[in-house]
Amino acid sequence: MSTDASVADPISAAAVRPAAPPHLSNTAVGWGFVLPFLVLLAVFVLAPTAAVVVMSFTDWKLGEATISFAGFENYRALLTERVPRISAANTILYALMVTPLSVALGLWLAVLIEGSRLGRTVFRSACFLPVVSTTVAMAIVWEFLLHPTLGPVNSALLLAGLPPQRFLSDADLVLPTLAAIAIWENAGYTMVLFLAGLKSISGELYDAATVDGADRPWERFWTVTFPLLGPTLVFVVIIMLLRSFRVFETVATLTGGGPRRASEVMLFTIYQEGFQFFQIGYASAITVIFVLFLLVLTLVNFRLMDRTVHYK
Amino acid sequence: MSKPPRLQILRLVTLTIAATVLLLPYIYMVGFSLKPVDEIFAGGLSPFPREFAGLANYAGALESEPLLRYVANGVIVCAGILFFQLVFAVPCAYAMAKLRFPGRAFMLGLVLFGLLIPIQATSLPIYIGLARSGLTDTYAALIVPFVSSVFGVFLFYQFFRTIPDELLDAARLDGCGDVTIMVRIVLPLIMPAATAFGIFSVVSHWNDLFWPLIVIRSPDLNTPPLGILAFRSEEAGDSYGQLMAGTGIITAPLVIAFLLAQRRFIEGISLGALKG
Repeated sequence: MSTDASVADPISAAAVRPAAPPHLSNTAVGWGFVLPFLVLLAVFVLAPTAAVVVMSFTDWKLGEATISFAGFENYRALLTERVPRISAANTILYALMVTPLSVALGLWLAVLIEGSRLGRTVFRSACFLPVVSTTVAMAIVWEFLLHPTLGPVNSALLLAGLPPQRFLSDADLVLPTLAAIAIWENAGYTMVLFLAGLKSISGELYDAATVDGADRPWERFWTVTFPLLGPTLVFVVIIMLLRSFRVFETVATLTGGGPRRASEVMLFTIYQEGFQFFQIGYASAITVIFVLFLLVLTLVNFRLMDRTVHYK
Repeated sequence: MSKPPRLQILRLVTLTIAATVLLLPYIYMVGFSLKPVDEIFAGGLSPFPREFAGLANYAGALESEPLLRYVANGVIVCAGILFFQLVFAVPCAYAMAKLRFPGRAFMLGLVLFGLLIPIQATSLPIYIGLARSGLTDTYAALIVPFVSSVFGVFLFYQFFRTIPDELLDAARLDGCGDVTIMVRIVLPLIMPAATAFGIFSVVSHWNDLFWPLIVIRSPDLNTPPLGILAFRSEEAGDSYGQLMAGTGIITAPLVIAFLLAQRRFIEGISLGALKG
């Protein structure tokens, strides 16, 4: 992000201004425009961020009169106690299920749609619909689809001669089930990001690949599309990791972290410890760890965005 | 680029199957919202009702839970958030992109830093602040924490940098002040960026559960996601037809808006990828 593009202009403007000030100075107007936002930023972003770090070193429980400095006690507890460890492990496992599959499915859909001559808009919108829909409402629809006795999914299993499953109350199945719902929801999202990436690949490259003997579609995919889509692919993977680390809606709606903590994830742990049990110090420490997780990924993402702009 | 038609047909068939599978939950949601209770309890695979009970289900859903009120709450909250986000972010971004003043680089640094902070980081202190000032369980609690959109400033800043300075200088020579320039020249130019940002903002806040779950207690203030949760626990699991009708009512506003402006929605929501 360079800022030198218009440096010459304001300097000359500043030189003229003292003689005949036609308007308020840039400084006054500039700060006048910036200040309201800056105040809000300080109150709602900067101060709370600092506060959560400070609180993570205290033993504060909301409603108790005394607060004292607890050093690294909360962080030590995080490492030794069962729930936060399970929660972190579940979150990572969930992200590792959701990310590759939503990315692969989205890429597959994007390549199919990009190459189709008919109905591109219709297919694109159909795949994108789950992205726009209210997650909580669709989670309730899924809960019904997966219902142990009435749900069509189990009816289908029975028809196929397979035993019905309790998808949301079986500790082994619950996390993969939530992951499957997320993949359903996110495939259209990654698809749209890939479609944008595919547009920048020139048709001439495909012609060249055909001349060089890559006449099957998947040969052209592996020799042209996939390598040129590399930067987009890395970008989409990181976006999906970030999105899946923040899983909350489906857990809060469908499982409450259960059964037996099998679907306990970090944001849900923060919600319970902080906003239901009011263990402010402890919940702050989990928040700090959680945000550090996201921070690293976001920084990598920023780095890539500067470089993503393409090999045209 | 000529491809054998056989391949195109294969492509179409595959895409049709894939899209149908992705749409199945909607097909079942609508289908079951039209079924009578006994038909639902008979189980089975077919989403299509043999006997039509749609009217009873939708009327029953609207009667047993003020779903339209929840939808209205969603509109109030999303409109409030978007309005204030624009009011604060647009002038700030304009100043950062088009005016030279001491502290500009500092602001840019702050905004980039702010982009790194997710809402979950700040929710505990903001909640405590709101609770101390007696503001939890109000519309304000749903709106105020989101009015300073760092992401908005970042987007508009990027966008303003593409507007040529000559255009603004010409207006200055004509005697326009910075406020007039903002209102008369800049605002019409940013409509596409504002629309995309608006869609991004509305969709994320309409669908958000985390924050409303924290600050809202009274059923009157339920946002659409809270409302559908309340409806489900009210129903206690026997009238699935009504429940599906309810989820349909809650999902409909955004889905209809999306179908009316598909390209803009896709643009707006993929903007969010810049933030992660």
